Amino acid sequence: MKDRYDVIVVGAGPGGSMTARTAALEGLDVLLIEKRQQIGDPVRCAEGVNKEYLKEYIKPDPAWISAEVKGSKIYSPDGTLVEMSEELSGAEVGYVLERKVFDRALAREAALAGAEVMIKTRATGLLIEDGFVKGIQAEHMGNQYTIKADIVIGADGVESKVGRWAGIDTTLKPRDMCTCAQYVITDFTIDPDFCEFFLGNKIAPVGYVWVFPKGSNLANVGIGITGHMSGKGKALELLDEFIHKRFPDCRKIELIVGGVPVCGSIDRTVANGLMLVGDAARQSDPVTGGGIFNAMWAGDIAGKVAANAIRRSDVSAESLQEYEKAWRAELGRDLNMSLVVKERFTRMTDDELNTLAHSLEGVDLRSTTLIGLVWALFKANKKLLWDLRSIFSGIKDIESEVKREVYL
Amino acid sequence: MAVIVDRFKCGYCGACVSVCPTGALELMETWIEVDDSCNNCRICVKICPVGALEVSK
Repeated sequence: MKDRYDVIVVGAGPGGSMTARTAALEGLDVLLIEKRQQIGDPVRCAEGVNKEYLKEYIKPDPAWISAEVKGSKIYSPDGTLVEMSEELSGAEVGYVLERKVFDRALAREAALAGAEVMIKTRATGLLIEDGFVKGIQAEHMGNQYTIKADIVIGADGVESKVGRWAGIDTTLKPRDMCTCAQYVITDFTIDPDFCEFFLGNKIAPVGYVWVFPKGSNLANVGIGITGHMSGKGKALELLDEFIHKRFPDCRKIELIVGGVPVCGSIDRTVANGLMLVGDAARQSDPVTGGGIFNAMWAGDIAGKVAANAIRRSDVSAESLQEYEKAWRAELGRDLNMSLVVKERFTRMTDDELNTLAHSLEGVDLRSTTLIGLVWALFKANKKLLWDLRSIFSGIKDIESEVKREVYL
Repeated sequence: MAVIVDRFKCGYCGACVSVCPTGALELMETWIEVDDSCNNCRICVKICPVGALEVSK
């Protein structure tokens, strides 16, 4: 470890490692720190990700792909099935990852690009001079260090402190976070080809249960409920109830818990000498909770912007607006659309959810995108979903728009 | 009076840290630390997925 770098990235999840890799490939001197002793473990994720998008950033490796799926099956409270599949076109649409291996592979990519990596190293504060972030205070194996940098990237996850230290309030309100519990189970009745979603206020109040196959009779079975519907230990309790009914003979081989930001885009993700990436920037999708690709995509942009800003010797918040603008133009738009959908769906009764599911019976849903599903639902239930019209009002060619993947 | 964490239940996921309005909580590697800025608002108690947090009497 040196006492100065161009860029320090706090957190070696997918967002942090991508930022570090891109910044290093741009020729910057990069330090990537991770507070845990093992990158990628413990997992806090359902591990579903869009396959085509992921390929843009990393070559698929069987070592971190648990399963490939053809689509999703969504069950309404009365058990009505809505299937979203691209099976007809022969496309496998999604991966269920092995995050423990995947995160490590991404960190290795960052290291191979030239970034220095330090594990068991936790940021404990920011070095701030004249209103600019100039580095971090860190703790490693019980010792304190001051490490300087032109730019600090906060990729420190749902529990992010980096933004708060720089004056960006990233505190989540209970209704803006989804509290989740998940088991990895082994069972002989798991559908190996589809991700399944179970909706209903009894099953998961303002949330859902998911079953994501992981191959070899394994699956991630998890629940997410919005924070304001939660109570002490309620997520795990409801998950146990679901598993008792749906997989009575399963064996649980791992317990995973976590919180997912579902607040939509926040006001600010840059400050003088600082950018936030991934869950730390609350860039996870408010409906699906998916955040792996979003974090990687935003991290790649942050890495490039860091290089540009350092080249022009201007790391002010104004200069870093380049990042703010770039991620909001696409991802920010998707997050805000999802937020509108989330706000409408969280007010739905089980009867209304059933009505929506019935309206799609016999509809050939070839799209596996969220917007594709929402468009199909909107067309069939304009009265019930009238609040959602704003999503489509700015889109000229909706049928081609629904092909854009924003799912998982 | 402050939040106490049952370390036998805690899954050290950090969900509580993200909702703490005073920044009193911090996720270390495998445990949660609570500092004295905790104001007993109980938000963390409510959102903990496994019910590991309690306000001490």
